[in-house]
Amino acid sequence: MSVHSVLHVLIVLVLPPLLLGIVNKTKAAFAGRKGPPVLQLYWDLAKLMRKGMVISSATTAMFLAGPVVSLTGVLIAALLVPLGHHPAVIAFPGDMILFAYLLALGRFFTTSAALDTGSPFEGMGASREVTFAWLAEPAMFLGFVALARMTHSLSLSGMLAGDLAASPQVGLGSIVLIAVAWFIVLLAENCRIPFDDPNTHLELTMIHEVMVLDHSGPALGAILYGAAVKFLLFAALVIDLALPFTAGPWIDWLLFVLAAVLLAVVVGVVESTMARLRLVHVPKLLVSASLLTAFSVVFALDR
Amino acid sequence: MTTRSDPFAALLAIRNGDAVPWSRIPELSVAALHDVFVAATDAELRIAAFFALRRGGDAGALRMLAVLADDAHSRLLLAGAHCPSLEVDSVTPRCPQAQLFEREMHEQFGLTPAGHPWLKPVRFARPLHADPKTAASPSIGVADFYRLGGEGVHEVAVGPVHAGVIEPGHFRFQCHGEHVFHLEISLGYQHRGVEEALLGGPSRGSIRQIETIAGDTSIGHATAYCHALEALAGRHVPAHAHVVRAIALELERLANHCGDLGALAGDVGFLPTSAYCGRIRGDFLNLSALLCGNRFGRSLVVPGGTRFGIDAAMAAELRSRLETARADVTSAVELLWTTPSVLARFENTGALSSEIATVLGLVGPAARACGEEFDVRADHPSGAFRFLQLPIATAQGGDVHARAFVRWLEIQRSIAYAQELLSVLPAPAPAPSREALVLAADHVAVALVEGWRGEICHVASTDHSGRLDRYKVVDPSFHNWAGLAMALRGQEISDFPLCNKSFNLSYCGHDL
Repeated sequence: MSVHSVLHVLIVLVLPPLLLGIVNKTKAAFAGRKGPPVLQLYWDLAKLMRKGMVISSATTAMFLAGPVVSLTGVLIAALLVPLGHHPAVIAFPGDMILFAYLLALGRFFTTSAALDTGSPFEGMGASREVTFAWLAEPAMFLGFVALARMTHSLSLSGMLAGDLAASPQVGLGSIVLIAVAWFIVLLAENCRIPFDDPNTHLELTMIHEVMVLDHSGPALGAILYGAAVKFLLFAALVIDLALPFTAGPWIDWLLFVLAAVLLAVVVGVVESTMARLRLVHVPKLLVSASLLTAFSVVFALDR
Repeated sequence: MTTRSDPFAALLAIRNGDAVPWSRIPELSVAALHDVFVAATDAELRIAAFFALRRGGDAGALRMLAVLADDAHSRLLLAGAHCPSLEVDSVTPRCPQAQLFEREMHEQFGLTPAGHPWLKPVRFARPLHADPKTAASPSIGVADFYRLGGEGVHEVAVGPVHAGVIEPGHFRFQCHGEHVFHLEISLGYQHRGVEEALLGGPSRGSIRQIETIAGDTSIGHATAYCHALEALAGRHVPAHAHVVRAIALELERLANHCGDLGALAGDVGFLPTSAYCGRIRGDFLNLSALLCGNRFGRSLVVPGGTRFGIDAAMAAELRSRLETARADVTSAVELLWTTPSVLARFENTGALSSEIATVLGLVGPAARACGEEFDVRADHPSGAFRFLQLPIATAQGGDVHARAFVRWLEIQRSIAYAQELLSVLPAPAPAPSREALVLAADHVAVALVEGWRGEICHVASTDHSGRLDRYKVVDPSFHNWAGLAMALRGQEISDFPLCNKSFNLSYCGHDL
């Protein structure tokens, strides 16, 4: 196992909570507040892991399977994504399909756990989550199609790890379109504004948050940690496209971490300067993301 | 003026803040009173209060008293009716505005309005004069709810315990997917028996109870109570006290409007306005604290005047801090009207037509957002509002945006009004003596105050010894909860919190 693989695993395990702390710090700065410490999520996770769990007698094993499977899925998926143009720990032709469906599997279990509680709120949240995920998926896959066409690779590492800017087959126009579309997908998949409001207490308006209302203790910790890792995954996809060049292996790692922090700040700025979309308008934005990637496919076919 | 005869000549016309002997109030038959209601609502009069009471000397017979607000002529019309039996016809099918008043009479006195379309308990409280030891209170919220049937239709129950730190209330939605067909609101969890506690009064503790009818409207309710008592006692209130009350009322409006605009921004996830308005609300509350030592204006307004006055130094301090707050609130709130994503959420959300607002008898900013042009401060002025006029703020469309915009207009005008009052402050008067007021026997007094949510109506009735034998409180929320239910029809259920916040009604003001 190379030193880069070890670094990859370390970054996946350690960095994610920091990014959400930076998002919150940015939002606090916009609101004129001091905000929670940047490391708050680490303390929260440590606290939750030491707590007991309250499990409704109306639920089945599915209720706990939700957080367990989704966290596992996200962690495995994290081994497939190249970070900072270093090939991922696991790479094989077709791994982007495994990547997408590991996330989908986690979602299936999360929504099933939500339905398992029998709460009408959680049911509504599950219904919204599935609807919007279904609309976000084409944007992911059309991006993969365009990249696969341009790089002649069917692996995430083949598509994203190389020096995209230097490759004659890769059109920068396509890269920009995909990067923008995937940034929209990042916001949607991670329940950020304008899709969802991670800070709201209004259960009728929630999408993701409402599905996990009944979870507590280590199960809630697994959900929060999984959400943070997922944020890093999508951030990695966007960063690989937004910085489509390599500058040496060690500088690439540094650039990656800096870019992840910068992206967290950008997400914080987006959340601070715009309101949430009305729920009926969410599909429109997701369809626009799919259209952007569809155009990137058209450009890619031209090469 | 036209020469057309007054269709309400049979009713007793009084001004806001008048007290009249019971003997002058015309007694109609129940049917005649109902006809008056229909004619009145056709003529765009509003039912300010409509309630039942038992008076000594009536041999236990029940009578009803109605107060109609004629905004166009700045007068209140009073009419009473004896109830021959405990079953009367319902006027609700002909005059929907009466629906909650009739339900309340049913609950408080067992008076059954036959033909009422939805005769449910209002607060799940025991009857008004019932002995608490023997009469059990009904279980709150246990009642029939309107239900939709059909495939894919589901029911969502929210509350009485909510996720936020708010009061308890139960909401039941009939939904198809995200689409809301019907919302039914069931309250009563905050019922404390205010009207019951005031019977036989006034006592020294009454003003404390009045101030907590709705904690965010302490000044509004206390002012209405004092106007009613001062009218019954024939007590003169110094001009300085009137001005202090008006300033405190506007400060209360400013704090609540500002806080609500911030909360509306918070509900759509718009951080800047949400954060800054939360702080600026505190600045306005601190002005109330400067005035009387309490951020919610407790203990400021007392029968006969105000406990604290404003001297020149405090007036200067208030004016400079109001000016700072004006600049702060302007920069925070203007962001709402210039951010497209916020406007997209506010516009066409929870729209109420002006027809529905009129039929339901909505009051306050919720009604003015539908283009209804009335405001107690302008139409039935009392206290300082008689001497210094205030323009009425209205908007069109009746949606969340209109309700928010009316609040914003009122913020601007309230600051200007308070500044103007501070610049013409009359000479300070001594605080009123603490001796109890002697109320006129067998009188009725009506006091209207425009609280920040809308019209507050207090009706006080005294028995032959000058004690209160009935004290009726109508909080603006009592009128407006039905408006929220109607605003949700055809909306997305995810927009409910936003619509709810745009009304921001009081649970305890309704539940008394």
